[in-house]
Formats: sequence, structure tokens, C-alpha cells
Amino acid sequence: MSLVKLDQVHKYYGDFHVLKGIDLNIKVGEVVSIIGKSGSGKSTLLRCINGLEAYQQGGIAVDDKEVTSEDIQVRRLALSVGMIFQSFNLFPHLTVGENIMLAPTIVLKKSKQEAEKTARAMLEKVGLGDKFDRYPEKLSGGQQQRVAIARALAMNPKVLLCDEITSALDPELVGDVLKVLEQLAAEGMTLILVTHEMNFARDVGDRVVFMHQGKVWEEGNSKKLLSEPQTEELKQFIGAVL
Amino acid sequence: MIEFSNWDILRNLLLAAQWTLLLSIAAFIGGTVVALTLTAMRLTRNVVVMRIVRVYVELFQGTPLLMQMFLCFFGLSMIGYEISAWGAAILSLTLFTSAFLVEIWRGCIDTLPKGQWEASRVLGLNFLQTLRHVILPQATKVAFAPTVGFSVQVVKGTALASVIGFVELTKAGTMLNNATFEPFKVFAFVALIYFALCYPLSLCSKYLEKKYHVAR
Repeated sequence: MSLVKLDQVHKYYGDFHVLKGIDLNIKVGEVVSIIGKSGSGKSTLLRCINGLEAYQQGGIAVDDKEVTSEDIQVRRLALSVGMIFQSFNLFPHLTVGENIMLAPTIVLKKSKQEAEKTARAMLEKVGLGDKFDRYPEKLSGGQQQRVAIARALAMNPKVLLCDEITSALDPELVGDVLKVLEQLAAEGMTLILVTHEMNFARDVGDRVVFMHQGKVWEEGNSKKLLSEPQTEELKQFIGAVL
Repeated sequence: MIEFSNWDILRNLLLAAQWTLLLSIAAFIGGTVVALTLTAMRLTRNVVVMRIVRVYVELFQGTPLLMQMFLCFFGLSMIGYEISAWGAAILSLTLFTSAFLVEIWRGCIDTLPKGQWEASRVLGLNFLQTLRHVILPQATKVAFAPTVGFSVQVVKGTALASVIGFVELTKAGTMLNNATFEPFKVFAFVALIYFALCYPLSLCSKYLEKKYHVAR
């Protein structure tokens, strides 16, 4: 059963045709890596899936519910789609614990105690159980990103969107974040990642989607696709990043 | 002719300075209330509402405060609303202050990264929840220093109320000068009192700026 379904999605920025008819079906528990050059539309695609960007034609459905960029829809969607950003976007005026508890208490109307229990469990899960009372600025980039993952998980999403979440990190911190993702994948979380981490895409991912000029240029089983690219463009891209 | 000692001059000026202070505070409070309303209006992202705020800001930033004061004082009485010099001064200073504060605060809100709005949105917070729990707590910290800094302009702006006959510090200075014929001494005192009012505000603004910049 497909959890995320895209049907001939077109998106324009003014005259610029960013997405040119994207079809994509993502099943529950699948780990899908979207790769491609910058400007190929991969981040835009991700942002369309949770309604941060509007699309002009076609249809997107998550969990059989239609996605639009209308505010009320986006909020309903937030209950099933979590998102993690390249720039972490933690709330700097709140402690780590408060960052994680904010949405569960306000949006899900959980009690403080309940939210705190979840928050501590999620922090434990990302390996930061001792950072509950710290402020984000006191943490390294890798730790901040893991807090962002815990914050998204606290809303108990069905699918997690990751927009180049390791691109702003120092190389030695990338591993910690990827380890958390790997663990989530093993637990059966559905993940859609825009990433440059080819090793992760190959080893942990089920499927790779290569985007080029606003289209899904090539897609398939991650190990097969990355070792035997069919198109010239993907060969070139793999050659450039590996 | 009556003789005025230095103390007489200073004492009278200080009495009048109370009115300068009171006018400043009243204008600042009035300006804050109006600016808060305008800021909230602007944040609704409604095109018509935003344009109204835009016009308001342009109008009161783009014309001299003195003209605004004349219009409030003479203009309103021309169309049948009798208004005291005190009322006209407060009204015009409120309009003037709010037009600047709303711009200052917009800047503070705009300096927050777009990611703060987006992160709130994908977590399911609605507009007001985002404003209350994410945006305002951060923006107010940034806004303290420039807001206090701007209050210096309000204090100095009250001097214009002397022109419509309100007896505050500057007007008292003019009157004392007419009686003593010692303009240098009288206006030096006047300037010193303004400085004594404004300098602590400047210091406070600098302190706040340092405090919150280090924290960020």
C-alpha cells in the first residue's frame, strides 16, 4: 500500500518549470533517497509533499489524504509528515526539552508530563538523553540535528522527510546523524531523503530516485541503480560525487 | 525688573521638565499601543490591511512632526473638534512614535530566519501559536534595544509642542529667556536637562544591545 503518492505533479516558479510531471509511489517502511544536481528540483519535490510549497498541476496524497498548501491542510498533514531541515531550525529561545515538547503540548494537547515522557524517550533514542535542559546553542551541529529528529519523532509521524540534513555538518558529525536514521529505517519508519550521502543511499536505502531537469530521470533498487546506472546523466552524476 | 538667580531659572525649568517627561511617557505608551496593533495587522499578511499600514507609516514618517502637530492642533479645531495643546501634542506624538516603532519591530521580526516559521508550520502550529511561542519571544529580545533607543527621539520630539503653546521644557526656556535676556545661560540649562533625560536612555539601549547580542 502506498503511503505517499505523487501523480503527474507540475510546479512552476513564475515562468520556471521546476517539476515536470513527477510520478512517485512510496510504500510504508520504504527508505527512498532522492539524488541529483542542485537545481534539479529535489528539495522542491520534498517541500511539495508536506505542503510547504504549492504545486500547480497533478496530485499528491499522503496516507490517502490530498496535500495542498492551504494552512489548515498543512497542519493536518503535520500530524503524519515530519520534516527535518538542513539548517536544523531549532527554536533558540527554548531548551532542548522544550523544543521537543512544544508541538505535542500545543498541537496534540498532551499533558506536560506525558509530553516530557515522550521527549525524554525520543532524546534517549537519538543518543542525547543527558541534554534535556541544555539550550540548542550549547550543542554541536550534529547534536542539534539529532534534537531536530527527536522533535519530529515526538509528533509520531508516519513518514519523515529529510532535506539534506547532513549537508551543514562537519564531516566527523555526519556519522552520528546517519546512524540515527539507519536505526529509524530498521524500526520500519518511512523515510524520504534528499541527500548527497551516496553510501547511505546505497547501504540503508531501498530505492534511489535520480532527478534531472525537473523529472524523475531514473529510479530503482538502490544497490542496482548506483552500480549499474542506465542513463548518461546518472553515470556522470555518480562519477562526480564518488 | 525682577532679578532671576541661577537657581530660579533652573527651578522653573525643572518644573517644566516634568511636563516634558510626562508628555514623553504618554506619547511612548500611546505609540506602543498603536504600533502593537499595526504590527499585528501587518502580520496577518492580508494585502489590503498591509497596504493600510504601509500608507500610515509612509504618511507619518514622510511628513515633519511639526506639521502633524499643527494639523492636530489647528486642523482639528477648524473642523469643530476643540483640542487642547496637551491633547494635540500627545495625539501627534503618538502617531509619529507608532509609525517609527512599527517599522523597527517589523525589522526585528524579519531578522528571524524563515526556518523558524517553516519548522513551526511542519510541526503543526497555526499562525497565532507560531507567533506566540516562537516568533515573539525571540523578536522582543531583539526589539528592546532599538525601541529604547528610539525613545530618545520621542523625548526630543516633545520640544516641538512648545510651538503650539504647550508649556514644557523648551517653552519654559523661551519664556525665561524673554524675562531674563540671558539666552546662553537659559538654553544651556535647557539643553543640559534634555541631555540628562536622554543620556540614560541611550546608555540603557547600548546595554540591552550588548546583553542580547552576546546571548544570541
